[in-house]
Amino acid sequence: MISIKNLYKSYGNIQALKDISVEIHEGELFGFIGPDGAGKTTLFRILTSLLIPDSGSARVIDLDVVNDYKKLRTQLGYMPGRFSLYQDLTVEENLNFFAGIFKTTLQENYELIKPIYHQIEPFKKRRAGDLSGGMKQKLALSCALIHKPKVLFLDEPTTGVDAVSRKEFWEMLQSLKKQGITIVVSTPYMDEAALCDRIALIQKGELLDIDKPQNIIDRYSHFLYGIKADRMYDLVNQLREHPQCLSAYLFGEYIHFASISEIDINQLKEDIVNSGIEQVEIIQLKANIEDSFMDLMAKAEK
Amino acid sequence: MKTILYIIQKEFLQIFRDRMMLPIIFVIPIFQLLILAHAATFEIKYVDLGIIDLDQSLASRALVRKFEASPFFRVKARSFSLDKLSEEMQNSRVEQILYIPANFNNELENKHPVKIQLITDAVDGAAAGIMNTYALSIVKDFNRNLLIQSKTLPLNIKSIETRTSYWYNPDLDYKTFMIPGILVLLVSIIGLFLSGLNIVKEKEIGTIEQLNVTPIKKHHFIIGKLTPFWFIAMFDLFFGLVLAKFVFHIPIVGSIGLIIFVASIYLVLVLGIGLFISTLADTQQQAMFIAWFFVVIFILLSGLFMPVENMPDWAQVINIINPIAYFIDFMRMVMLKGARFADVSYHIISITIYAILSISLATWRYKKVV
Repeated sequence: MISIKNLYKSYGNIQALKDISVEIHEGELFGFIGPDGAGKTTLFRILTSLLIPDSGSARVIDLDVVNDYKKLRTQLGYMPGRFSLYQDLTVEENLNFFAGIFKTTLQENYELIKPIYHQIEPFKKRRAGDLSGGMKQKLALSCALIHKPKVLFLDEPTTGVDAVSRKEFWEMLQSLKKQGITIVVSTPYMDEAALCDRIALIQKGELLDIDKPQNIIDRYSHFLYGIKADRMYDLVNQLREHPQCLSAYLFGEYIHFASISEIDINQLKEDIVNSGIEQVEIIQLKANIEDSFMDLMAKAEK
Repeated sequence: MKTILYIIQKEFLQIFRDRMMLPIIFVIPIFQLLILAHAATFEIKYVDLGIIDLDQSLASRALVRKFEASPFFRVKARSFSLDKLSEEMQNSRVEQILYIPANFNNELENKHPVKIQLITDAVDGAAAGIMNTYALSIVKDFNRNLLIQSKTLPLNIKSIETRTSYWYNPDLDYKTFMIPGILVLLVSIIGLFLSGLNIVKEKEIGTIEQLNVTPIKKHHFIIGKLTPFWFIAMFDLFFGLVLAKFVFHIPIVGSIGLIIFVASIYLVLVLGIGLFISTLADTQQQAMFIAWFFVVIFILLSGLFMPVENMPDWAQVINIINPIAYFIDFMRMVMLKGARFADVSYHIISITIYAILSISLATWRYKKVV
């Protein structure tokens, strides 16, 4: 469906993408996960034919993104990270305009966008600029779907959207997937990674790993402990001095402490209490996707 | 083709939804015509005159009376002190001083040459020249009468009489001269700014990104974008012509059809420059500055306010690439002189070539950049 081979792209001295190769299958919900500035948007702009890569090739729906861009543009849907519809036009006018330039109509593809569109339909006479963040996302998604694309690219669709709307949005993606649309999404939120069929972890323009989220987590090879106490900040610094320490960082209410070998929990607790920190609690943890990502990132740095 | 219509429809929706657009389209033409046509004038209604008559004789009073009788002069101050009147001129209360020396009458009677002095406030050089001409013609007339009276010339002398007639603008009405030029200014500014800013706006708010992944062809986009502004500018020109004819009573001698025809080509030229500017700029602010840069130079050199013939050679050379200059000249010739197609064919050919160049260059650059 999508085949990316040895893609390179740089802006002046900054290497935005380095040797990216990914295969994405038909009907897959695929996620690119990485922090801001990792190169996700650059990659999406290449895949949607808005940017030309320095070297390497990318084919989407068996069409080359550089040579066959005209045909490709009729078959892909793209939702840029920044809201890119006309704020001074109403919901309905935006949809009709995009339907028009794709030579289709709102009625023709109403069934496809109905689950999303019916939520904002009561506001169809409202200007897009006056919609809430979540409703804007729904409108943007409706516009990206209006011409029944075979593949949908969503660049950070949930950035800046509240938790409830984020959840709804992912539910919409799952239902679109069931209709056979291949979806490629990027996000900086690790918790959304688990909702994808497969993910690619990307950092500073390089791919760290590509697999099913669970497989990536399962490959985590260190011992992980959750520790909390009354003086968390001092505790993190102290843990980083520990001879077995690989990494220690705050994650929610616990400090995630990764060690090279198995540690005697009671011994560790005693050491911490002896240093004057109280209310110490230590549990054994299962790695989540963020732990794996931090680990892969640290390895890549070395 | 249908794609173009969708874009045009969308543009008009956005234009008329913008609360500032209707005032821009209707109020700007009215204001430009009202204010510029009345304010931008080199006519001098009257000159504030200061008089120093040290002679106080029959002859000197006769000369002063001639100035007083002239509709062009208003006697604002009389004094025997040049210093006092100099101060008045310094404070801009008088614009010109007539100085008659004490021996004026005596010298005249002795048939000696006499000297009087005219001092003119020449901060505005052009106005000073006009004031001087007014004053000299009065003095000359006075002189002629003296000669006749003293019978140094025979009474039946066949002197040359000059009768001046002013063609194309018989009343020397400045508005008649200005309004064709102001109409050009109007359509140029409307066309250039609206088109230039509009396309940059799509870049600025990011909608161009969403449009670029659609199958819209670049030339569809350009035609769809520029057409609405072409109509708006044409409407404004028409509106301006109606105002000129029925409100300002400017004679439109030539063919309105010819004006509309050439304006339609000229607007392609202007919109092409607007599009070109939009490819240079990333923000509306930048586009605004670039557009102003061109507009100010083109307007000042165009001959709207001062005759091109008086400009230095290099400035006249720049006018070869000044679209506004061609169109102003064309408008004056057609509106005031009733020039026909053949008379202005040079202008029409130049504007047409220029239009083709500007729209192709802009399209080529647009395709390269966006």
